[in-house]
Amino acid sequence: MAESKLMTMRDAIARHVPSGSMVLLGAQLEQMIPFAAGHELIRQGRRDLTVVGPISDILFDQMIGAGCVSRVMAAWVGNVSAGVGYCFRRAVEHAVPRKIEVVDYSNFTMALALHAAALGVPFLPTYATLGSDFLKKNGNLREFSSPVSEERLVAVRALRPDVAILHVQRADAQGNAHIWGSLGVAVDGARAARKIIIVAEEIAEPGVISSDPNRTLVPGFLVEAVVHEPGGAHPSPVQGYYGRDHAFFAQYHEQTRRVEDFEDWLARWVVHVSDRGEYLKQVGAERMQSLGVKEHAYTAPADFGY
Amino acid sequence: MGFSEREHGFIVTARPEEEIASRGYTFSELMVAAAAREIGDGELVFVGMRLPMLAFLVARRTHAPRAVGLFENGVVRETPSLELLYTMGDPPNLLHATQCGQMLDVMSLLQQGRVNVGFLGAAEVDRFGNLNTTWGHRNKEMQRLPGSGGACDIACLARRTVVLLAHERGRLTERVGHITSPGYGSGNGWRRAQGLPANSGPSAVITTLGVIRFGDDGEAFLASVHPGVSVEEVLANTGWTLRVADDLVETPAPRDEALAVMRELDPNHFWTR
Repeated sequence: MAESKLMTMRDAIARHVPSGSMVLLGAQLEQMIPFAAGHELIRQGRRDLTVVGPISDILFDQMIGAGCVSRVMAAWVGNVSAGVGYCFRRAVEHAVPRKIEVVDYSNFTMALALHAAALGVPFLPTYATLGSDFLKKNGNLREFSSPVSEERLVAVRALRPDVAILHVQRADAQGNAHIWGSLGVAVDGARAARKIIIVAEEIAEPGVISSDPNRTLVPGFLVEAVVHEPGGAHPSPVQGYYGRDHAFFAQYHEQTRRVEDFEDWLARWVVHVSDRGEYLKQVGAERMQSLGVKEHAYTAPADFGY
Repeated sequence: MGFSEREHGFIVTARPEEEIASRGYTFSELMVAAAAREIGDGELVFVGMRLPMLAFLVARRTHAPRAVGLFENGVVRETPSLELLYTMGDPPNLLHATQCGQMLDVMSLLQQGRVNVGFLGAAEVDRFGNLNTTWGHRNKEMQRLPGSGGACDIACLARRTVVLLAHERGRLTERVGHITSPGYGSGNGWRRAQGLPANSGPSAVITTLGVIRFGDDGEAFLASVHPGVSVEEVLANTGWTLRVADDLVETPAPRDEALAVMRELDPNHFWTR
């Protein structure tokens, strides 16, 4: 049997995500955002990261506020249920805590950029963003004339992250990972990236994963590290495990309006917390329980027999 | 964003109880009813959150029982979720979905021209229906907004787009400072010249004061005013000289069956304040 890729979040980040990396986070949009991994990047003092993702529900804001990020490549950065991200605004408008470069994408062009890298081609064509100001600002979106028809299109340059960090429901120790529910750009993101870190709610026996190979959206042979981190996506939801902590997002919004307040927030929830276990203690067992599944909704079994 | 889930600010009118006492409905409910009428039966709809989500559900429960909802996270949905949603990724939006696919699965339908209507929010909309959700300004200072999400894609590729926003002079502006999501550009023929699909573009801008539509020349005109709103009020709150339709009408009040659906799904007026 192949060697286990299981390791702690601390080790996974230390080994695979050096400063200067291009990191894909939040591939499943509002679900399964790898907050535990983002917080570990902050604690280990990463700098000059390029963060990539279609939307980012407060994780990019936190990493920007902590000074880890020099470039953002995204379609949307903020707090989905509450509005703007104050750290993102401070960085763009006032270079606080540091100047960042923003490379704006739309959701579709971000998905195509990752899909192009996943396919191993330099670009993919689309009609999306024609006529928009994206074409003036983002050099990775270039108009061209179709070689097979009389049309103008946009070439979306392939985007190959150094590392994709994906939060999943369950994986085996080799990194074969089951994801269900909100997929977003997870499959393309995984194939596009040079390395993959899988963060799993549960570590399953290989037989559990291979019993349902259609649900194996990331094959283990592409994976460098597997981290067992229950609750690692809080406050974002994980289908079948816990719901979205709406109040936490609202509180983050209220508690990060001023830079001093953000510093306090960061100290309390990230810097002075040793790992995800300690973070979850601070969230509180009662609060986590209240977010838990109230009524299970198992899928009907599918027969793989022959 | 969509989208409107991530639009620039909520649409807030007065206190719902007072509005309902005096008129029988809130302006948000009027906007939802107007938005629902933009959805035809059997149509594919890029839904978004908040008011458009309610509008989609009202449409399905009233005149458009075969409408299908699409979400950028890859979710395709035909039935209402069992709980109020804050984001399209909330677990109740996935349970008993028609399909949970990838973003490209829904974007491919969009690019094929199969999506009939998409709903968008915006910080700014201009005379030709161009939208800005990237840069705002307050007291001459530029404010960075969250960005497009999928709004640009929908604005480029949906057959019709419907914009919902609060009617303020600063938000309905002669020319947006940044085109996040293209409307009719600078007018007639502009979309085709850019290479955008034929038969696509803004169809309606539903505001807190009225409904704006677009002529064949791509320029906006006031098509209806909400009950109790004067044309002068609309013009005074619009940042350019808005044309007024010869056959201007009053926006129809929400029908009882539409209000019943909204209040069943949003009993505390979380969205329809």
